[in-house]
Formats: sequence, C-alpha cells, structure tokens
Amino acid sequence: MHDALLFLAAFLASTVEMVEALTIVLAVGVTRSWRSTGWGVGLALLALAAIVALLGPALTRLPIDALRIGVGTLLLVFGLQWLRKAILRATGLKAMHDEAQIYEEEIDEAAHAARVERAGLDWYAFTVAFKGVFLEGLEVAFIVVTFGGTQRNVPLAAAAAAAALVLVLAVGAVVHAPLSRVPENTLKFGVGLMLTSFGIFWAGEGAGAHWPGGDAALLGVLAFVAVLSFALVTALRPAAEVVSEGSDA
Amino acid sequence: MRWVVAFGRFWYDFIVGDDWIVAAAVVAGVVATWLVSRTGVPAWPLLPLVVAGVLGASVWRVARARRESP
Repeated sequence: MHDALLFLAAFLASTVEMVEALTIVLAVGVTRSWRSTGWGVGLALLALAAIVALLGPALTRLPIDALRIGVGTLLLVFGLQWLRKAILRATGLKAMHDEAQIYEEEIDEAAHAARVERAGLDWYAFTVAFKGVFLEGLEVAFIVVTFGGTQRNVPLAAAAAAAALVLVLAVGAVVHAPLSRVPENTLKFGVGLMLTSFGIFWAGEGAGAHWPGGDAALLGVLAFVAVLSFALVTALRPAAEVVSEGSDA
Repeated sequence: MRWVVAFGRFWYDFIVGDDWIVAAAVVAGVVATWLVSRTGVPAWPLLPLVVAGVLGASVWRVARARRESP
C-alpha cells in the first residue's frame, strides 16, 4: 500500500512540476531557439538524475529511525508549504496558477531579451530552459530521494517521476501549447495532502510514536489531513469573499 | 560570501517558505513526540494535533492580513 502511495505522490508531484517546466520550455523554444532550449533541458535533466543517483542510495544507508525522523520532519515542513498554498488557492486568498497567462508572460519576456551567443548557443534560451527545468525538477528530486530513501525504494519513486516526465513531454509535443487544462491546482492539493501525511507518519514513527494499526494508520492520517484541509477551505471561503468584495468596491 | 548567503536563502525558501512558524512548530512537535514517547504515554496524537493547529493558524493569519490590508 505504501508503495502505491509512494508511486502516486512522486507521479503527481512530477506531473505538476513538469507541466510548469513545459510552459517555460515551450515559450523560450518557440520565441528563441529550439536547439539552445534543448541543451538547457537536457543538461537540467542530467543534473537532476545525478542528484537522485547520488543522494538516493546514500540515504538508504542511514539507520531507518534516524532517516524517518529527519526525512519525516523535512517532508512535513515541505508538505505543509504545499498544502498551505493549496488551501489559500482553493479559498481564493491566493491567485490560481494559470499556465496560459504564464506562457504569454514568458513569450513576451523572451521576445524582448537581448541576444547573446555563448558556446554557440542562444544564452537566454539555454539558461531560462535550464533554470526552469532544474528548479521545477528539484522539488521532484527532493520527493523522489526522501520518499524513495525512507521507503527503501528509490527506483520506484524515480520510475514514477520519469513516467510523469515522459507523459508530459509526449502530450506537450502533440499539443504544442501549455497544458493549461491539466487541473494543476487540484493536483497540488493532492500532493500537499500526501507529503503532509507521509511526513506526520514517518516523523512520528522516527520519534518513537507507535501508530495504532501499524502501517495502516497512514490511511487514517491521510483521511485526517484531508478532512482538516477541506474544513479549513470551507471555513476560510467567507473570509476570502469579504476580501474580494472589499477589493472590488 | 554572497554565494553562501544566496545558497542558504535558496534552501530556506525551498524548505521553509513563507511562514517560518510552521517549520518551528513542526520541529517542536517532533521533539515533543520524542519526549512523550519516552514516558510510555501514547505520543502518536501529538503531530496530527500540531499540524491541525499550525496549519489553521497559518492560513487564518493570511486571511486576516488580507482583510485588514487596504
């Protein structure tokens, strides 16, 4: 069961981040140079693969309790950041992520940036594509290494992330436009729920707590975090509407 | 030196983000869980309770700040 949730969390996180990276890559590719953009994407993916290949096996050598308390705490802090933003987006207190709008902004910026050639590449296209893919992918690498390391199954987490990457690339190549119809904000909510739940479960276990029902308690934690989050969204919506009415006036 | 500061700031933003109180509460919750588990009292409810409290307080603070800002 944990492996299925591990796969799902890594797959969803990777899908969300790769959709965001694809928007940047398409914008610089279309506006500047596909060759330079391709180099940026390729090198960023290589760097991310190297991080996972180096850190993943290193983490699995740590004692399981130390790993769970360390990784669980990190995941919990990191996951709460995702969940907090997802709740604020769902209530209207934070702007929704809009790929179509971001694409237009990136196109505009790329069209006006100066053309500088370095190593035979359009340096703007190369660096923007590299940074876009590397920074979005770093969150995926973090999830793959921490989830995979704690579950002693880095290859499964990496396979989930790679599957999402292939899927987004394939759809992106066919559609040739930002994937604005992907329910990105909902996916982010789901990833936040899973990161937070795994974080609570592992950090608690690493700190010496014994979960009632053993491993099955993870589902209970997930249900608790989901109910809590939806309750917060419901409670905050009226407050957000007051803010919205106030700013409309 | 600037690189070190930038590197540290990047990882701080990456892990901790906008609200450092959330991170501090999580660390305190894990330490409390560790201490309580040593006494033989069930410690598992602590972290879910900390998360409920700190997440609720964090989003509530944002809502209140937005309501009070002109």
